[in-house]
Amino acid sequence: MTSRDKILTAVMLNQPELTALPTLSFPEEEGINPIEKFITTLTGIGGQVINVSGYDAIKNHISKTTNPNTRLITNITVLDDIAEMLIEHPGSLQDVELAIIKAHFGVAENGAVWVTEDALGGHRVLPFICQHLAVVLSANDIVADMHRAYERIGDDAYGFGTFIAGPSKTADIEQSLVLGAHGARSMTVFLMK
Amino acid sequence: MENHKDHAELAEVFNKDEQRVDWHDETLWWIRQKRDKSVNQIPEWELLRDTASQIKNNVLSNLSSYLRQFETKAEAKGVIVHWAADAAEHNQIVLEILKSNGINKMVKSKSMLTEECHLNEFLEQQGVEVIDSDLGERIVQLAKEPPSHIVLPCIHKKKEEIGELFHKYLGTPAGNADPQFLTETARQHLRETFLTRRAALTGVNFAIAETGEFVVCTNEGNADMGAHLADVHIASMGIEKIIPQRKHLGVFLRLLTRSATGQPITTYSSHFSKPRKDKEIHIIIVDNGRTVQLGREDFRNSLKCIRCGACMNTCPVYRRSGGHSYHNAISGPIGSILAPNLDMEKYADLPFASTLCGSCSNVCPVKIDIHQQLYKWRQVIVKNGYTTKAKTAAMQVMSWTLASPTAYHTAGKAGRLTLKYAPFMVNNKLNPWYKHRDMPEPPKESFGEWYNKNRK
Repeated sequence: MTSRDKILTAVMLNQPELTALPTLSFPEEEGINPIEKFITTLTGIGGQVINVSGYDAIKNHISKTTNPNTRLITNITVLDDIAEMLIEHPGSLQDVELAIIKAHFGVAENGAVWVTEDALGGHRVLPFICQHLAVVLSANDIVADMHRAYERIGDDAYGFGTFIAGPSKTADIEQSLVLGAHGARSMTVFLMK
Repeated sequence: MENHKDHAELAEVFNKDEQRVDWHDETLWWIRQKRDKSVNQIPEWELLRDTASQIKNNVLSNLSSYLRQFETKAEAKGVIVHWAADAAEHNQIVLEILKSNGINKMVKSKSMLTEECHLNEFLEQQGVEVIDSDLGERIVQLAKEPPSHIVLPCIHKKKEEIGELFHKYLGTPAGNADPQFLTETARQHLRETFLTRRAALTGVNFAIAETGEFVVCTNEGNADMGAHLADVHIASMGIEKIIPQRKHLGVFLRLLTRSATGQPITTYSSHFSKPRKDKEIHIIIVDNGRTVQLGREDFRNSLKCIRCGACMNTCPVYRRSGGHSYHNAISGPIGSILAPNLDMEKYADLPFASTLCGSCSNVCPVKIDIHQQLYKWRQVIVKNGYTTKAKTAAMQVMSWTLASPTAYHTAGKAGRLTLKYAPFMVNNKLNPWYKHRDMPEPPKESFGEWYNKNRK
């Protein structure tokens, strides 16, 4: 008997009588402005939110805050004049200073944004390996909580998807919070109104 | 009986440095308070716990179908699924995957299962170098110690000790113990590792039967850095990591990190569904005693655990005895109900390392009746004859005393007189009840004696 069959047989013999799955009934919390909540939460966990009216404002902000001699990368076509376009073989991404990507939506209760690999041109490592991460998010695309988030994701057939909530961090040394553990040192969300 | 120190003896070593004990205690309690603050912001918290508990009950009751469903879905997406009956088979599978790809160096993110299987030691004996990439795990790896906490692996270490380790192994200046500086050093050192390793192993927080995908949660981004840069990604999971549907992640991801550290969610919650083009994802599904636990009616609920560590942070015994005193990969209250299933004799001491105060059960996000299981394990262990001789003898004396009213009254009187006139008889090194503890002032008389005198 293979280990697979041994395990499955043992599980079958030992599992208790079938109990029902509960229905998920988590109504959206009332009286909460999801945009404000998203901004407060993300700021509270070390992220930064910048309200912008369009891509010109994003370009303006990036050119003011980024060293022009560093590598910027994006797959948002309208940003091709300030950043290198992500191609199929971009070479090593380890020297990327700033990656500018699009998120599908944000989650108000925890400040996370949902990113799938199509928005990364298939380069899953991009939002982790870059020194700094910028995310473009429409203010209309903020859901209240994780239940709404998964309703929105539905049965999307992504190969890889991730919630990103703020910069990479650790508190492993005496519980002192340090931003920039292995992933991006900062996370800026450009909130497009 | 195998010769190893038990919880009380190991705790005694930890307790020698009283200041460190206080610091450890306060640090963990501070994390417990952060959890409370975060949890109190969620009005439906108790409903979330109830729902999570019921989902996990359903998982245990239908696990064989869910495992099959998960396997079919994952394989349909090009993921290679392996099954390991025990730790040795798990380790062998990892080794074979590495060998068949000609790899002898691997980077690993946090996986308590690989600690349970002693994978690092095994691979090192086979000539494979393993580097742990979670900062806390890297620190204990350099110190040649096991993690002392499932979420905070080096919570027992002072920053000065970490500074010394980094000085010795990573060449930082002597005496530098600045967390910011040390973290930056680890970032640079491990970046090189991530870029050059062709294999990465991660744990699994949740595996979804409905879709065949699995989710890995980290704050540091180390699991993603490893997995996305390597040719081969190996993900090790216990059979109990299954949840039925993707939407159930909404419940568990709301509970997990709030319970663990008080954060609303980990920085990264990554959903792996398909391998990248020309790359491999392997999933190893491990039993290693879990099916036996599933068959123990009183203890199967322990398999609902999502490894948040809240029960450790709140436990008055864990906080004051340290994770290493549990001599098991998973320490604290949850470790104490999981370990006896693996080896009842070796871990017979752990269910006794508790005050049964119930704080663990109160914070558990999936409502495991941890303290009740601790109590039940004690009975099983005593019935099976695994308690120490001194405890058995003491319990027999107590049982005889409590069963006889005469003996009970005499013993009470003798106790009061001893504490009053001859405290040295009990307040000495031979009596473990006096270690780190002062006895209360004895009352002049018992209630029984007072009642007899005063009743009219």
